[in-house]
Amino acid sequence: MKYDDYIYDLSRPGRTGVDLPAPDVPETPIPAEFLRDELPLPELSLPQVARHYLRLSQKNYAVDKGFYPLGSCTMKYNPKVNEWAARLPGFAAIHPLQDPATVQGAMGLMYDLQQMIAEIAGFDAVSLQPAAGAHGEFTGVLIMRAAQLARGETQRHKILVPDSAHGTNPASTAMAGFTAVQIPSDADGNVDIEALKGALDDEVIGIMITNPNTLGLFESHLVEVARLVHEAGGLVYGDGAYLNAIMGIVRPGDLGIDVMHFNLHKTFSTPHGGGGPGSGPVGVTAELAEFLPGPVVALSDEGDEYIWKQPAQSIGRMKSFHGNFGVMVKAYTYIKMHGADGLRQVSEMAVLNANYMQARILQMGDYPIPYGHRHCMHETVAQGKISGADDVHTLDIAKRLIDYDYHPPTIYFPLIVHEALMIEPTETEDKETLDGFLETLDRIADEARTHPDLLHEAPVNAPTRRLDEVRAARNPILVRLPSTTVTS
Amino acid sequence: MRYIPHTEAERRSMMEVIGIQDIDELFADVPADVRYPQLDLPQPMTEMEVMRELDMMAAENANLREFASFLGAGAYNHFVPAIVDTVISRGEFYTAYTPYQPEISQGTLQAAFEYQSMVAALTGMEVVNASHYDGATAVAEAAIMAVNVLRHKRRTIVVSPSLHPQYRQVLRTYTQGMEMKIVGDELDGNDFHALIDLCDKDTALVIVQNPDFLGQLHTPQEMQDLADAVHAKGALLAVATDPIALGLLKPPGDYGADIVTAEGHVLGNSVSFGGPYLGIFAFRKKYVRKSSGRLVGETIDVDGKKGYVLTLSTREQHIRREKATSNICSNQALNALAAAAYLAAMGKHGLRKVAELSWHKAHYAAQQIAQLDGYEVVGDKPFFKEFVVKCPRPVAEINQYLLEEYGIIGGYDLSQEYPGLGDAMLLCVTEMNAREEIDDLVTALGEAAAPMIRLEVTL
Amino acid sequence: MTLKYDPTLKYAETDEWARAEGDIVVVGISDYAQDALSDIVYVELPEVGDEVSAGDAVATVESVKAASDILTPVSGEIVEVNEALDDAPEVINEDPYGAWIFKVKASDLSELDKLMDAAAYEAFNATREH
Repeated sequence: MKYDDYIYDLSRPGRTGVDLPAPDVPETPIPAEFLRDELPLPELSLPQVARHYLRLSQKNYAVDKGFYPLGSCTMKYNPKVNEWAARLPGFAAIHPLQDPATVQGAMGLMYDLQQMIAEIAGFDAVSLQPAAGAHGEFTGVLIMRAAQLARGETQRHKILVPDSAHGTNPASTAMAGFTAVQIPSDADGNVDIEALKGALDDEVIGIMITNPNTLGLFESHLVEVARLVHEAGGLVYGDGAYLNAIMGIVRPGDLGIDVMHFNLHKTFSTPHGGGGPGSGPVGVTAELAEFLPGPVVALSDEGDEYIWKQPAQSIGRMKSFHGNFGVMVKAYTYIKMHGADGLRQVSEMAVLNANYMQARILQMGDYPIPYGHRHCMHETVAQGKISGADDVHTLDIAKRLIDYDYHPPTIYFPLIVHEALMIEPTETEDKETLDGFLETLDRIADEARTHPDLLHEAPVNAPTRRLDEVRAARNPILVRLPSTTVTS
Repeated sequence: MRYIPHTEAERRSMMEVIGIQDIDELFADVPADVRYPQLDLPQPMTEMEVMRELDMMAAENANLREFASFLGAGAYNHFVPAIVDTVISRGEFYTAYTPYQPEISQGTLQAAFEYQSMVAALTGMEVVNASHYDGATAVAEAAIMAVNVLRHKRRTIVVSPSLHPQYRQVLRTYTQGMEMKIVGDELDGNDFHALIDLCDKDTALVIVQNPDFLGQLHTPQEMQDLADAVHAKGALLAVATDPIALGLLKPPGDYGADIVTAEGHVLGNSVSFGGPYLGIFAFRKKYVRKSSGRLVGETIDVDGKKGYVLTLSTREQHIRREKATSNICSNQALNALAAAAYLAAMGKHGLRKVAELSWHKAHYAAQQIAQLDGYEVVGDKPFFKEFVVKCPRPVAEINQYLLEEYGIIGGYDLSQEYPGLGDAMLLCVTEMNAREEIDDLVTALGEAAAPMIRLEVTL
Repeated sequence: MTLKYDPTLKYAETDEWARAEGDIVVVGISDYAQDALSDIVYVELPEVGDEVSAGDAVATVESVKAASDILTPVSGEIVEVNEALDDAPEVINEDPYGAWIFKVKASDLSELDKLMDAAAYEAFNATREH
């Protein structure tokens, strides 16, 4: 027996964990027909539970452990004061349906956060309700749909999406009942203006654009793109996942974006939690404010208290209650600690770090950077193509980085760059860390040429070697219970 | 400054390598007329200062550690043992990303697989995903999944009027662009026969809640009969349920559900003003390829050692893009971890006890209130942890009295969503309500009914 | 690695192969396609009885990292699907020209004329990025 064994294997019949008090009220019989036959949950002692999860955690890599240059994800330091704040009983132990008079502190926090995000990004109104970035995107597309329908534009059903877009963009489009039309990028990594002009007609709802884009580049023609789309009667949706590059540098609302989602768990330092929870607020221009999902927090007419308000033509409710409040507290704390100058420095240092890495990689000469002729923004996209090592791919390089105690960058995204290696250092990494990683990349390139097996066999220093994903997909084992194993 | 480690010397050395003199050169692509806006934000605070401010803001809220609460309606105050926070506070868990590099994410992956298995046991279902955002969006995803399973040939969803109002709102929001029809909740009550009568050749899914929004329980036989009738019409059945109730009561997997959803924050997560929560989503294994949300599967590595990976990713947005089963990119990983740690710590015995305590305390409260003049406990079925009480005056007035005189947060005012009930509140009693609190509630309700008490409602 | 081309079959630019047996058209995917997908883990088959038009996506072939739509080259009615693929989808990797996916009773066999022969398809592949 090992404490990190499968949890049911640690179970012993009759063992108990948490004790509960006996009922302090007279008991009411429970009709037998309602009772379940068995409850096949594990039976562990609390010391076992503590050891099990501690040992599991030790098999994880995390930002608190080391460098995590995952492009597109903004793996910056997660401040501990944020964790302290979210756990305050006055925030953690309040019910969403309480009388507003009893939760003015929480509503005030939400109101301030709405205002601050609007100010940072250049919008007029914000809803904090969406639970994640993809959720915010879906919200944004529904807002575009509602706005066009309200204008009487019922013939519009296409949304333009750059070929470099994150998969959630076309997926959100489809969920709203629309068709995604792909627009190619030009040689400089910007949306191809001529292709855009060709695609614009009166059936286009608008464009979903990411800036900086997934190539890590600032869309140089964004103002022009927005102008063209608006002229054709369309709206401009901005994917705000990369806001970390531009806080205090430029406001997306000033560039012509009409609606944008934000990722509090990227830009605003809330932790990723192993895959969630996130929070994906949406900001809009004044014209679109009435379509936001609700309720949002507003000030009463007298201005003396916070109230819930449903926007006049709201697309509806996107999730239960008000959004991921526990995540909002962390983002609020972060913004309050930084202020305008602090946020600008965050973006400047994020972009400086990425450009430093880009310049050093180009100097080293091992890995091509297709758009390296431009300054990148917060991330740079290299390719795992090492000259003299044709049978070594991005996947092998990534796995070998694990042996050197690094989390690999994002691999194989964006799709338009072959063998992509997308590196986002973030601003919270020191120069020694960046230099160490760069040296390792150089060393791995040498290994690729002289001892490629080291890469093909990698990782050898991790809790497991490479895992058989084909087996997992062909005969999925998704649940394992003591008496049965359920396979699909 | 704050979390930025660069010294001035380092900045300069890095700029030299890049070949620039000034940081603004990196932003030359930004149109000059909008570059470097002056952001009107409050002056930055140090950690010490912000902690003080947050303490004050938090203190402005009446929290459930200090005030007795009988408020439920989809968000609940259940016991969270201390060990749960210990687990989710491990930096290795909460500062990790989605486990796309499985070799160094076995902690996250195994914990998620264990969550899937324990929730499968709890719901009696074959497969569980790694979670959706909450109980409401899980219902919406169930509708989309049913339409996918039936290959888009059926597009009507029949919903019970006793499904949580917010879940029905979210369902309508999600499907507004999908050419789907939502019917059923224009009816009164929770009569299954009326719902079956609405089913036709275009019905993909029937969604009910058990225990329902008003706390009412249908017998397992009634549920099985419903499932059989729905299946006979060629549709699927989704049941939204309460995970705590399942510590005691027959799970939907035992009575024919095809999809089971639930609001899972009740397992080890704080009530947190409505989020982040946990969308439990379970279904029959034959539908797995049409399901949405992350799935963790068991496999082996090249040495034959057991390990876990994200699997069946071709359903998801990063591969299928516009043909994905949903656009969802994340899950509520840390909330699911809390739920798993909770289930592990409580175990089969503990969870059953929590459910029993909720049952006995809620029934005790209902019996006491039923004896009060002017109040009526509504509902002809057994209930779990929540019940409807018709009140002698508007709920807002009663709740104000409860709060001001007794420091009690009262039940949910149903007059908006269920006007047919008149002045009625939904009262929730869990294992967290001590007998003294319940007795105080009863006393306070009795007093609040008295006509001499004039209350000015300041809301 | 050299890819195989069955000279008796016709090919679409979207990598399906087709063979007419009377008015039944048998469809599968080429060696080029299975090689690009690598290990196939699942095949989603159409339903017998489905009415389809040429160019419709009627099946999906999935690997771990990708999902490919299989387009029917002809219009008509699906009359048979290869259920052996439910348990062993990997036979497409092993024997792409033997592992058929579905059969269509064609309403207009002349639609097959739009397809390429083996030589033309091989030439077409030479122009593509791998």
